[in-house]
Amino acid sequence: MTDGLNAELRDIWVYLSASPLAGLTMTLVAYQTGLWVFERCGRRPVLNPVLIAVLLLAGVLTLSGIDYRTYFAGAQFVHFLLGPATVALAVPLYNQFQQVRQSARAMIVALLVGSSASALSAVVLAWAFGGSAATLRSMAPKSVTSPIAMGVSEQIGGLPSLTAVFVILTGIIAATFGTWVLNLARVTDWRARGFGMGVAAHGIGTARALQVNEVAGAFAGLGMGLNGLATALLLPTLYRLFW
Amino acid sequence: MLGTLTILLLCQLVGELIARLLHLPIPGPVLGMLLLFGGLVIRGGVPRPVQETAGGLLRHLSLLFIPAGVGVMAHMDRLSGEAIPIVIALFGSTLFGVAVTAKVMALLARPAAPDTTGGQTPGGAS
Repeated sequence: MTDGLNAELRDIWVYLSASPLAGLTMTLVAYQTGLWVFERCGRRPVLNPVLIAVLLLAGVLTLSGIDYRTYFAGAQFVHFLLGPATVALAVPLYNQFQQVRQSARAMIVALLVGSSASALSAVVLAWAFGGSAATLRSMAPKSVTSPIAMGVSEQIGGLPSLTAVFVILTGIIAATFGTWVLNLARVTDWRARGFGMGVAAHGIGTARALQVNEVAGAFAGLGMGLNGLATALLLPTLYRLFW
Repeated sequence: MLGTLTILLLCQLVGELIARLLHLPIPGPVLGMLLLFGGLVIRGGVPRPVQETAGGLLRHLSLLFIPAGVGVMAHMDRLSGEAIPIVIALFGSTLFGVAVTAKVMALLARPAAPDTTGGQTPGGAS
């Protein structure tokens, strides 16, 4: 009797752990839990919903022995929406276009300075503290959105999947401590705050900026796109010049 | 909502096609964003359904990064083996990058037009 029940439960478990339904549902539940904690504890940036969700899911997957690839088979439906969401950034950009046009020149300078500052400081810091060559190369393009970062990483001899992890961690760090560092630097202009988040921390920085202010969100989306462009064009060229 | 989703996917698809045909290093979705932007400029405004669907999708933008984020699991060996350089480089360069970009932009940009988005001030719950 109990053997029959156990066998049945095991069958259900085998079915669920292999179907996309489980991965997809877990992702949504983990995110809502992250949001709930974030809202409940006074919207502190340290309680970043993405961070909470990632930790929860990593814990659940480790405990239940489901491997990442099986999980991703379900979660890829959420992952896929990154594409259309990037396209949708045209809407806040259009709404704020008047402001964007007024500050175009400042933006180009900030983009070039900020983009090289992020990439260079990452490589120099990792090198100074004994990081391996593969880590350094995978680290350089980490400020831009994953598809570009992974392509650049491959071109300069890094590990694309490691770069993808650095990209996400960069975003979570900026979303969590960006407000603090921007206050520390005494930047009060929403355009500049958003642009900094987008240039240095791509879509996760943009998501954070959108949560706070639409002007910041529009500039973050633009910063993300522009830095993607700049990094894709400049990093491989610089790499070939110096190595 | 369905119409807007179709427009978003079409822009992305055309963006992917252009990127591949012309061998551009820019990802399709970023080109798709420029296409939609061009479309909005030509139309001279954002239709309400597009505004609503795009807003809904972007409100939960951070959800979409979770599946890739869980990929941290697959790299635990390297991450723990080189934890010190990785942690220092990620924290240092990210916060430095955010601050430098924003500071340069704030110093060079002309003062903003009055804020029309609800009067939130930076430094509060931002």
